[in-house]
Amino acid sequence: MLITVKLFATFRENRFKEARREYPPGTTVADVATELEIDHGLIGMIFIHGRAAELDRVLDEGDVLALFPLLGGG
Amino acid sequence: MPKVIRINMTDLSVRIDEAPEAWAGLGGRALTSTVVAAEVPPTCHPLGPNNKLVFAPGLLSGTAAGNAGRMSAGAKSPLTGTIKESNAGGTCGRMLGRLDIKAIIIEGQPASTETWYQIRISSEGAVIEPEAETVGMNNFAVLDSVARRYGEDKGVITIGSAGENLMLISNISTRDPEGKLRSFGRGGLGAVMGSKRVKFITIDQEGTRPVPLVDSAAFKAANMVFTKALKDHPVSGQGLPTYGTAVLVNILHEIGGLPTRNFTSGQCEHHDMISGEHMYDTIVARGGEPTHGCSLGCVIQCSQVYNDKDGKYLTSGFEYETIWAYGADCLIDNLDLIAECDNVMDDLGVDSIETPVMFGVAMEAGILKFGDGTEVLRMLREEIGKATPLGRILGAGTAMVGKTYGVARVPVVKGQAIPAYDPRSVKGIGVTYATTTQGADHTAGYAVATNVLNVGGKVDPLSNEGQVELSRNLQIATAAIDSTGLCLFIAFPALDIAECLPATVDMLNARFGTKLTMDDVVGLGKTVLKLEHEFNLAAGIGPEQDRLPEFFELEAIAPHNVKWDMEQKELETFWNF
Repeated sequence: MLITVKLFATFRENRFKEARREYPPGTTVADVATELEIDHGLIGMIFIHGRAAELDRVLDEGDVLALFPLLGGG
Repeated sequence: MPKVIRINMTDLSVRIDEAPEAWAGLGGRALTSTVVAAEVPPTCHPLGPNNKLVFAPGLLSGTAAGNAGRMSAGAKSPLTGTIKESNAGGTCGRMLGRLDIKAIIIEGQPASTETWYQIRISSEGAVIEPEAETVGMNNFAVLDSVARRYGEDKGVITIGSAGENLMLISNISTRDPEGKLRSFGRGGLGAVMGSKRVKFITIDQEGTRPVPLVDSAAFKAANMVFTKALKDHPVSGQGLPTYGTAVLVNILHEIGGLPTRNFTSGQCEHHDMISGEHMYDTIVARGGEPTHGCSLGCVIQCSQVYNDKDGKYLTSGFEYETIWAYGADCLIDNLDLIAECDNVMDDLGVDSIETPVMFGVAMEAGILKFGDGTEVLRMLREEIGKATPLGRILGAGTAMVGKTYGVARVPVVKGQAIPAYDPRSVKGIGVTYATTTQGADHTAGYAVATNVLNVGGKVDPLSNEGQVELSRNLQIATAAIDSTGLCLFIAFPALDIAECLPATVDMLNARFGTKLTMDDVVGLGKTVLKLEHEFNLAAGIGPEQDRLPEFFELEAIAPHNVKWDMEQKELETFWNF
């Protein structure tokens, strides 16, 4: 299935901003992070279609997944 | 003994008193709001002789505590009609701490509007003198003039032409350690200073000693724990120093909470061009500084120096709210143009939230086109800067431009512009906008942290559940932090690292020899909010104004297709504490 993965801040270093990638059915957010060699402990925010999700969430065809480290401002 | 300096602008006299015992545990916002609530008639005209402008360093100002460089300014706001506290970095808070000056209270008003004045404060006291050279000048020229006449090392508090012209978008600016500007941004306090005919204040810390500490070993130990927490937390230790606050652009776009085209969408197509990531790359490529502090002793260093394409200084302290407002709300897709707007706003002395949100409404009104950053720059310089009739309308702020041009979609609460987080998709911050004593203000209770950033737990941003309690707790904690002189960004580690907040209480106790507990500090926050609320009620700003503009209930926002739907009754439970 095709998933759009968006990376932000330090996660972009040596990776990419946004890519459409092929994953087998049953893939979780954690699987994507592992495949991209992103330390799960560094993940601060996970959004799928702009809504918060957890690492164990199973992805669906066409999902837009955004991964951010822990960030803030104001 | 700590001193209180009263500057009477009616008879041009100075009085220096010992600070009353009752003020011993108060600093920053707690003190400015206590003075305003006790001494300013709530029904007075904010630009008349009965309003007072109060400056107060925080309880930890002048010490070596990390991130203790903020000081507060307070008055009745001409923009909102409410009590107002606005705080800024720079060098003055630290200097006032070392001078053992608890507050500067500027009261009264000269009978004649012909003469402007300067005030100079030092360990000798204060002098008021007529000022001519800088009248009509904007802030950078004022800093140059003051440095030439009185020395580079003085603290400076100043107004630009907008404050002189009593515009409601005007702010008060203060010199930072590198001779640039930081702002007491919100609520039109520049007009209050202008109404007292005070062009600038200088602070001279010559001859002062380090602030005495009752238990310096305990202070040092607590400061180490505190500083370590600031460095260890990913937000204050890595995210903010690298990307600054503009890192929020992509986050808010992603969750559909980035108000775009005068609050008609929650996402902005060109978000990446105005993002913190893009800003970081640009700064590095042009030899600027991505990591930079607004005050001495800042550990977090969220500021930056942004250069133009030739590597020359364009602006610093380039904040998310400014970038959002011009970039998304006004649809200007060019970060260099936005940086130039930021610099011009610093120079004129206007609030970098109120001003661009006002331009968003002006664009909707058809005064200029969405996305036209060149015309914004012209209007800043030629209309607002020269106080033309159009400049005065724009300079009266978002609400007034909406009224003047018959716009129904006007994002304000109590007359103050709503900042960079859409309350329909980040409902916790909507509660803060509606209920804070300050008029719409994200910093008053930054529910975005827990709604979106997963700091201090998680509360679903799209649900109303738990939002009033979240906002209340954050508003109480914020009122306490704003009283210490500490930067509000210490809240990120404080919400997640258990030792952080107790370390600040330990520093207070070591500084003053007190035995304060966390409960006392929370109690201080509650007391401050309640006395501010009582002032507002007496000023005629009641619960009927604790609400968001109607368009948030009528218009669903993309991409989540959500409206503001919190019952007014639920909002009113905010004050049940």
